[in-house]
Amino acid sequence: MNLRASLILREVCRLVIPAVMLFALYVQFHGEYGPGGGFQAGVIFAAAVILYALVYGRQKAQRILPTETVRYFIAAGVLLYTGVGVATMLLGGNFLDYNVLLQGHQQAQHLGIFLIELGVGITVGTVMIAIFYTLDEFGE
Amino acid sequence: MDIETIVNFSLLILLALTVVVLIRMKSLLAIALSSGVYSFLSAGLFVAMDAVDVAFTEAAVGAGITTILLLGTIAITGREQTVSKHKRFLPIAVITITGAALIYGTLDMPLYGDANAPIHTHVAPHYLTQSSEEIGIPNVVTSVLASYRGYDTLGEVAVIFTAAVGVLLLLGKTAKRGRPKQ
Repeated sequence: MNLRASLILREVCRLVIPAVMLFALYVQFHGEYGPGGGFQAGVIFAAAVILYALVYGRQKAQRILPTETVRYFIAAGVLLYTGVGVATMLLGGNFLDYNVLLQGHQQAQHLGIFLIELGVGITVGTVMIAIFYTLDEFGE
Repeated sequence: MDIETIVNFSLLILLALTVVVLIRMKSLLAIALSSGVYSFLSAGLFVAMDAVDVAFTEAAVGAGITTILLLGTIAITGREQTVSKHKRFLPIAVITITGAALIYGTLDMPLYGDANAPIHTHVAPHYLTQSSEEIGIPNVVTSVLASYRGYDTLGEVAVIFTAAVGVLLLLGKTAKRGRPKQ
């Protein structure tokens, strides 16, 4: 799927894609205060990568984010999430009971939520990118 | 009529119109794009219901990524719907019975916004009143999703992970990765 993009489309995307990625990071790390979180941030980040792949060609996107790396990150997100759960168990709490992570229970909750939202964001984003890569390669 | 009712009704009417248009379409390309429109209208409806987190997800996943993945699939499979030659009686009967059962099911549901509905009297009051002390973040949706119900969210992530594994197993071309055999 290559749009054989016109000059205008390519130049507009050059401006838009960094902004979309920045917005994804904002949604990821601001989800505790406003709407959003890992799911939405992952999807927005994937949308930026997919837009890049559509406009400049998948091969160019894969030079920056190779399929191998994307696949490792799919598992890494789930592992980070489960890892937080295992860590809380090793520290003597229940599975995913963040209160044992740090001294103050609110700080501990912040840390736990930050980490698992990061795990969600990584997995969701890379899953979308991987599915897009796979569909695009299959169509060739 | 207050402004919220007008907005809700306009969005619902537009949703219904989109469905009618969707049913009558034959071009898969147009159908994929119209489902994006449907998702976006639903997102608007969620905003009107003050469910901004859900609206955000619907707009990003339903209208954005799903449309792109559908278009990617259509690029592989072809743009036109093949007309089925099967008898139409059975599908219509199944849909009518299922639809009637679903509507019958809604008759037992509490009214929309009913303060005494079970969902508002079980754990929700605890989350709403205790979240700022127990979790300490302003967005209660995040504290329910990531902390109180963290285990469920882990399940959701596992579902997405499994979906990706399924797609990669079915369509991926990893077999060629090894050294070419001569």
